[in-house]
Amino acid sequence: MTLTLVVITALVFDFTNGFHDTGNAMATSIATKALPPRTAVALSAVLNLVGAFLSVQVALTVTNAVINIQDANGAPRAEFLNDGGQALLLIVLAGLVGGVVWNLLTWLLGLPSSSSHALFGGLIGAAIAGLGVQGVKWVGDGTTLDGVVGKVILPGLVSPVIALVVATVGTSMVYRITRGVAEKYRNSGFRWGQIGSASLVSLAHGTNDAQKTMGVITLALIATGHWTDLTAVPFWVKVACAVAIAAGTYIGGWRIIRTLGKGLVEIAAPQGMAAEASSAAVILASSHLGFALSTTHVATGSILGSGLGRRGSRVNWKVATRMLLAWAITLPAAGLVGAAMWLIGHTLGGLFGTIVVFTILVVAAAFMYWYSRKNPVDSKNVNDDWIPEDLRPPRDLVSATASPGKRKGAAA
Amino acid sequence: MNNIVLALEGAWHVLVVGLILGAGLPIIFALGIRSLSYGVGGAADIETHEPHLLGKVMAGLCFAIVIAAVIAGVGAIVASGFGWEIGF
Repeated sequence: MTLTLVVITALVFDFTNGFHDTGNAMATSIATKALPPRTAVALSAVLNLVGAFLSVQVALTVTNAVINIQDANGAPRAEFLNDGGQALLLIVLAGLVGGVVWNLLTWLLGLPSSSSHALFGGLIGAAIAGLGVQGVKWVGDGTTLDGVVGKVILPGLVSPVIALVVATVGTSMVYRITRGVAEKYRNSGFRWGQIGSASLVSLAHGTNDAQKTMGVITLALIATGHWTDLTAVPFWVKVACAVAIAAGTYIGGWRIIRTLGKGLVEIAAPQGMAAEASSAAVILASSHLGFALSTTHVATGSILGSGLGRRGSRVNWKVATRMLLAWAITLPAAGLVGAAMWLIGHTLGGLFGTIVVFTILVVAAAFMYWYSRKNPVDSKNVNDDWIPEDLRPPRDLVSATASPGKRKGAAA
Repeated sequence: MNNIVLALEGAWHVLVVGLILGAGLPIIFALGIRSLSYGVGGAADIETHEPHLLGKVMAGLCFAIVIAAVIAGVGAIVASGFGWEIGF
């Protein structure tokens, strides 16, 4: 029963991971109308699905980056196996709940934040609560980039800057080269380039991110004795994770897509192409070179860079600052939720504690979904002009003036 | 401390590869678009645009390079997914 709840929560996390990151690949294509919104998310979903199946490499050691609950081969440490793996399951469950809650909250606020940081933050918080500070791997042994500092914090600081530089250079060169080309030919040409590069980002996302959930589920299965092979992931786990991330992508995190596509920079097709090419190159290069990074940080850095590289284009620094703040607090905030969940689960104990933790997740998710319906963003209004917060009409005025029929349509 | 050195080293590599591919390919693509706009001149360009043959060849070359690089990129994703080592 506990195991079932852990698997469900992991798949829910995978689902939120999908819709949280749709915008990383597709926001620019949607904003420049290179693709209709629905087509864009469908394309991204299919590529995520394919990408998830391409990740044959075993991701069993995913928690090893930040916490100490597995040995180097991926097997759970012996001290967690006394009571049928329940201690380990609770840490994993609490960590996942931390990740999901933070992903949902940032989605509600339309902030693109890293799903991997949310997951790692949740796990770190749960590990601190359950095992103390020594349960966390803060730094590696010094030979490779490892631990919270090496795999999460430093890449989190560096990778958006790299993407920003690459996209700035790309954008400014592209505009310099195509100066004088008729707008019509320029835009239609670059739209194709944009679709291609965005597709690459989607594919890379599927291979990188679905793996993390596969690793977490397999770890839970091993801890409870349902799986013993340390070199493979069960096939049904692979299918479930691939489908969850693709379904999430298809649902589309429209709030985040809107922020990335309209909120930060007013994007034209050449900028979109340069931004996505930069994202794809940086993500592929770093995963090849073993440099852990977050797709979200790279994509956002690239979009900001595409704004800096085009003369006369303006970056909305107010939105950018809000987003940077969200990045900075992702790890501790998800950690706090993870720690609180572990304490609740542990204090109540056993299956009852697990069920309470899971119920809290369901209630929190339902509340945030309900709240989001007050101000829905979907495929129809995702490209509406971005109005700064202080110029927006008060909310009750909006609902008073909108006709009931129109509101119903917007909610569908 | 060691982590910071390692991170900067990793970042440096990613930046170089990122600039070559992430900025280089859009530049080649842009050259292709530019070539296509090299027309036969005169009123023809205003009514219907027919690119010059040389422009078409240049553009074809540019787009071919970009497409080849994208295929190589997909290849890299697939290969690393299957755990193969590739060097570049």
